[in-house]
Amino acid sequence: MTAPPSPQPPPAAPLLEMIGVTVVASRNPAIIRIENLDWTIQPGEFWVVGGPPDSGKTDLLATAACLSRPMRGRHRLFGQDTRVVPTEQFLPDRLRVGVVFADGGRLLQQLTVTENLALPWCYHHNCSFDAAADRVRSLLAAHGLEFLAAQPCHRLGRPWRQRVALARALMLGPDLLFLDNPTGGLNPGQIDWWMDWLDRLHTGHAPPDHRPITLVVATDDLRPWCRPGRQFAILHQNRWRLLGNSDKLADCTELAVRELLGERS
Amino acid sequence: MDQDVGKTAPGLPGLNSLGDPVVASALVWAGQWILQIGSLLRGLIAFTLIILGIVFTRWERASAVIHPMIRNEIRRAGIRLVPIVALIAFCLGFVVIGQAVALLSQVGAQQYTGTVMVTVVIRELGPLVTALLVLAWVGTGTVIELGNARTRGEIEALEALGIDPIHYLVVPRVIGQATAIFSLTVYLVLISLLSGYLFAFLQDVPLRPGQYLDQVMIALRWEDFVLLAFKSICFGGIIAVVTCYEGLARPLRQHEIAEATTRAVVRSLVACVLVDAFLLLYLLV
Repeated sequence: MTAPPSPQPPPAAPLLEMIGVTVVASRNPAIIRIENLDWTIQPGEFWVVGGPPDSGKTDLLATAACLSRPMRGRHRLFGQDTRVVPTEQFLPDRLRVGVVFADGGRLLQQLTVTENLALPWCYHHNCSFDAAADRVRSLLAAHGLEFLAAQPCHRLGRPWRQRVALARALMLGPDLLFLDNPTGGLNPGQIDWWMDWLDRLHTGHAPPDHRPITLVVATDDLRPWCRPGRQFAILHQNRWRLLGNSDKLADCTELAVRELLGERS
Repeated sequence: MDQDVGKTAPGLPGLNSLGDPVVASALVWAGQWILQIGSLLRGLIAFTLIILGIVFTRWERASAVIHPMIRNEIRRAGIRLVPIVALIAFCLGFVVIGQAVALLSQVGAQQYTGTVMVTVVIRELGPLVTALLVLAWVGTGTVIELGNARTRGEIEALEALGIDPIHYLVVPRVIGQATAIFSLTVYLVLISLLSGYLFAFLQDVPLRPGQYLDQVMIALRWEDFVLLAFKSICFGGIIAVVTCYEGLARPLRQHEIAEATTRAVVRSLVACVLVDAFLLLYLLV
């Protein structure tokens, strides 16, 4: 007698749902960047959003991460409608989202590397910087930043600032991490480090939490990101287009995609 | 036939009916100025209410981070300024007593020396001079720091980390600067009174320390203590709110920070003088 088939686990709830969303420019909400955007991010996915410079990638990530409001459309994060839930009530879920900004990560320049990492932890756990020291040390070591721990952030070079920004975004243990052009301006060796490290974060093999993280990367160069197991989308001329997995990306003949893959028209 | 008869100026319907273009342009200018003032006041009042709301509802939140920042701001805007305040206070006492003695001796009214000190230094100049010093020393720095943080995108970074920028950047400055100005005003007043007597002594004014102290005590009313505290805390709050507002409340580009700093200084100064004048009117009426 065979055992009855075990019931299929219910499908995991999406981390992010954007339906019919109009994304506006963060600096000027009167400017529309993307219209009619439909996007769902499931737990465990690795999204790569390609687009040429100034195509609205930063504004898209800002809207997705709840840093700016969409002009219209439905935006649900961890199942909650972000326009309905009061900010205070939404904060615990808001902290499950990490953001790594482009161009040096927008670190707090007057603080040291250690203080930049410790600040979000101390603010939300109401503790002194000393109390966050173990977690900070662990993240600094994992990112190869120990020798920069006491440096003020304004003295760091861009590649290091970008790494500090990643470490800072991981301080609160996010479930969903948005990265805006993290490898922009880096040399091939540094890009390899990022690719390896993001793979480890995605699969849950990275300290200190060893928990898989859902990743969303925006980039203007798709070449380093073309790997199996990832989902692709592009932004082109204010339009959002879902492409699918890496095979579909490779098969796509659209000029905008080929250009993002480094092929000249 | 003139085809333009009855047409209105672009965007300003009906103003041509006033006839004189000088009057029309003056009215346009006055109207725009009033709108700007109204918009600024609305923004400042809203910003102040948000700050007060955060102070009262989130006093205990992140106190391990915010309270040391308040202490640091008191050090920056208060303790660090004690030497310069002492110097200014010393000179202020000399100047006020010097002028007062010169005038009062002509009419044989030296017994009012202490009264003059109370009226000029405690009621008026003390809080205002201290506020000016803090505005010049710390307020300008506040606009530049916050303006730079804004242009570098640090405010969005704080929001992304779930940190309220007003709680983290503005609240410590408002509380710290208000406390610092109040404390510095007390020091300034005390040092001015002492240096005033020293000058009178050096000028051979026939006034013993006890008599001088009596004059000051008689001239002082309980309202003076309340007013001194209210004024100095109010000036501190105004300076912190206006400088933070100019640096933080709207998007700035790098080249706009210098202009924002100048604007913040002028607006803080005007607001402090207006509040001072309003309080004087209130007391006189």
